[in-house]
Amino acid sequence: MLQAFGIKSFPRAEWWVPVGSFIGVIAACLSLNCRGTMFYGVYEVDMASQFFKAVIAFGYWIVAVNACKQETLVEGKRPDYYMFLAFSALGLMMLASSVELITIYLALELSSYSLYAVIPLRSGSRGAAEAGLKYILFGAVATALALYGLSYVIAAQHTTFIAELADKSWSFAQQPMAVVGLSLFLAGMFYKLALFPFHFWAPEVYQGASNETAAYVATLPKMGAIVVLVRLAVFLKPGLELTTTLAVLGGLSMTYGNFAALAQKDLKRLLGFSSVAHAGYIMVGLVSGTAEGLAAASFYGLAYLLMNLLCFWVISRIAVDGRNLELDDLNGLYRRAPYLAFALGAGAFALVGLPPTIGFIGKFFLITSAWNHGYNWLVITLVLNSAIAIYYYLNMVRHAYTKEVEGEEMPKPDCGVLGVVGASLLTVAVLGLGMIPAPVFELAVKAGKALLP
Amino acid sequence: MDYGYPVLTSLIAFPLLAAVGLFIVPGWLSRGFTLAASIVELMLAIPLIQGLRFTSEFQFVERLPWIPQWGLEYYLGIDGISYLMVLLTLAVLPLCVLCSWTYIGKRIKEFHFCLLFMTSACIGVFSALDLVLFYVFWEAMLIPMYLLIAVWGGDERRYASIKFFLYTLAGSTLLLAAIVAFRITGGTFAIPELMTINFTFNFQFWAFLAMALAFAIKVPMFPFHTWLPAAHVQAPSAGSVILAAVLLKMGTYGFLRFCLPLTPAASEFFAPMMIAISIASIIYGGAVALGQSDVKKLVAYSSVGHMGFVTLGIFLFNVRGVEGAIMQMLNHGIVTGAMFMMIGAVYERSHSRNISDNMGLGKYMPAFMFFWGLFALSSFGFPGTNGFVGEILVFIGAFQAKTWIGFAIVPGALLAAAYMFKVSLKLAWGQPSSFKPGWKDLNEREWTYLAIPAVFVLYIGLAPGIFYKIIDPSIEKLLMDFGERKAVVQVENQQPVKTAAQSVFSGLLFSAE
Repeated sequence: MLQAFGIKSFPRAEWWVPVGSFIGVIAACLSLNCRGTMFYGVYEVDMASQFFKAVIAFGYWIVAVNACKQETLVEGKRPDYYMFLAFSALGLMMLASSVELITIYLALELSSYSLYAVIPLRSGSRGAAEAGLKYILFGAVATALALYGLSYVIAAQHTTFIAELADKSWSFAQQPMAVVGLSLFLAGMFYKLALFPFHFWAPEVYQGASNETAAYVATLPKMGAIVVLVRLAVFLKPGLELTTTLAVLGGLSMTYGNFAALAQKDLKRLLGFSSVAHAGYIMVGLVSGTAEGLAAASFYGLAYLLMNLLCFWVISRIAVDGRNLELDDLNGLYRRAPYLAFALGAGAFALVGLPPTIGFIGKFFLITSAWNHGYNWLVITLVLNSAIAIYYYLNMVRHAYTKEVEGEEMPKPDCGVLGVVGASLLTVAVLGLGMIPAPVFELAVKAGKALLP
Repeated sequence: MDYGYPVLTSLIAFPLLAAVGLFIVPGWLSRGFTLAASIVELMLAIPLIQGLRFTSEFQFVERLPWIPQWGLEYYLGIDGISYLMVLLTLAVLPLCVLCSWTYIGKRIKEFHFCLLFMTSACIGVFSALDLVLFYVFWEAMLIPMYLLIAVWGGDERRYASIKFFLYTLAGSTLLLAAIVAFRITGGTFAIPELMTINFTFNFQFWAFLAMALAFAIKVPMFPFHTWLPAAHVQAPSAGSVILAAVLLKMGTYGFLRFCLPLTPAASEFFAPMMIAISIASIIYGGAVALGQSDVKKLVAYSSVGHMGFVTLGIFLFNVRGVEGAIMQMLNHGIVTGAMFMMIGAVYERSHSRNISDNMGLGKYMPAFMFFWGLFALSSFGFPGTNGFVGEILVFIGAFQAKTWIGFAIVPGALLAAAYMFKVSLKLAWGQPSSFKPGWKDLNEREWTYLAIPAVFVLYIGLAPGIFYKIIDPSIEKLLMDFGERKAVVQVENQQPVKTAAQSVFSGLLFSAE
């Protein structure tokens, strides 16, 4: 909020937005243990919300730093760009605390509308306009579905507070209208999360938006969706139609995302499809109906954020002219920018789910929490999918480490201090939390237990 | 004996620290630095030798909470079975540095980084007593091995490295599923505690299958072996050495550490199948090796056969068989590792691995041929060498178990002698294709890295007593537990397979009560 207002009067926003957002990170971390409710109980500050707020604040800080050196931003729109990003982050923060369906809807819209405006801000790219249009259209459809579903839920259950809804029946036999309504409402969240079949925007938007914007779109809105799904997961008892639907969508999502990613050459499209797969993985934690499952899903959300931010950070540093990168653009990266190559390798291996990275431990938590809670087939699907995913993630490492540059020289990646420090920070986070996840996971468990004792 | 510091952790952490230290060492110094680090690492292992007790207990145990919310522990310890493997890993590191001294010309620093990282992960695999910790090390080791093949390998390195990676990772994802299932059913990840739990046969049946696939790919057993020749041939010498000496052992180690103690009834149930596959591996590996014209491929296929002896020994479930298996693990590590180093040495001279391009070495490189001859004799189990010690035990075990098994592997032993004689005769006395002025005999560095394994070949071959003393208590305990516990479970289950199949399908399609 602060940044959003301040930017208008400071034309060179690039230098203090990161500072401001870092203050946000500190504030979010300090308020981890705050508790309370506001606005007649629709806005709740609890462990879950504070955990996600800290994650979102951290992600926003990284994205803000990353976006500073943006080549392809339309001149004169820089303040607007940061303002919209900040508004979107604000919406996500509100989403984290919303415990009532209409509030969730409003927060979701706030974060979405800002992004609709940001995505086309890529100068000299017709693809960006197209991506923006697609994002808006798909978004509008998802939103309309969500609103429609909301009306059903209100009509059937006579309340929109999650706490009260949790006590109602969510069996299709008893409350068909409510179940259908909630399914439709969830469509809005699935859209943000890029879960199959609401994923169509993801690869297109990633590809069309500038690298830096894609870094935001690919990571933070997912956190917003995950926190809402974690809150709504109190309804999800294994065996209910709604839960099974989610499990099936998760399974389809991971399988479709991975297979589609196998064929991609454009790095951002590849990451786009991979994010569809990861959305499916998160479902594994949500459908188990246990506090551990919710904790695992929350932790995996954090893991996903870190891994993807790391990859996008490196991509932004390599594409110094702001172009889209193909896999071939990574060739010989180890020679051109050894640190970035190492960081990209760490990110890719984390996305595969190899130890000792956060991606492995996150997946491990998901599998352990979900086994024997009703959806063993989904766990096995996850395991098999991890094996499929190796190939395309490994491709990134393969290009960076084993291929040499052919033909003309490529522009030298940005190996400045900031670039290397940022990559190192994220790499340390990805590796360090993979080896010693206990302190952070403790927070996730507390959040999960608070929601689902 | 208490040394006041965690010995195993120091062995795991030191190579990692050295690997990080490589970043600040100038490039030209990285070989020497790594060699020095590998010698320090050997010295760090002195407490292991001094403090060894000849019991079946886990020794040098370290136990700390790691992720308490999930009951994960940092739990290390070694017994007789893993002890030798840890020492083998430690011994291989300096030899790898020496044998790639001139062979590796590019990206030297990264190469040694991979070697050190690899060593650390391998020691972790052999000393982890927590299932997840084991899995972490098991998988972490894939990354440096992949890079070793993909960056410093031969012409087909990309294909070989991806094949290696996909095969092994696909296998180990199922291992992960099995690990989680053990936690859910047994309530802990600690291996010694899981060893005391009697799981139902249905559970064992599926857990065994999931684990055995991962291990069989790693060993590799026929028909999961196809990644091995590709990876071996394309990998640089040091990569092949580690692959043969250490990585393949992880598969058989897994059978010993997990399949037999945790799923005894299922191991018994599947033993006929495992024995059949082992025999197939022995015969197939030998037969295919006989037809190779590439020395490295020949040795790679011979590994398939030799590791077949190891898995056969394990699944005989008698003391001689398992003793033989463990000795074969050690021997194969020493001998095959040494052979790959020799192939690297000859490749540096002639730039070819074809037998026909390297014939007549006996005239120009007598010392080389001496070592080759020694290792070849050991490879097919000539008395007086270490190969004999392991192979004869497996033979005795096989005849003890069933006479026909003993007879079934005789052709394998004959094939091994045949291909080794064939290649050795040609290398030594074949008609040289053309005079090779570059064929200088071994230099001091090569003498060093070949003499060390040669000493072990003869030492183990002539005086293996100390090794039995180390491994026997663990083997006896393993087999005693195995015998008792498989009986317990088998009484409970009369119709094993049918119920097992039913349970998994109901488990897969389970919807909540």
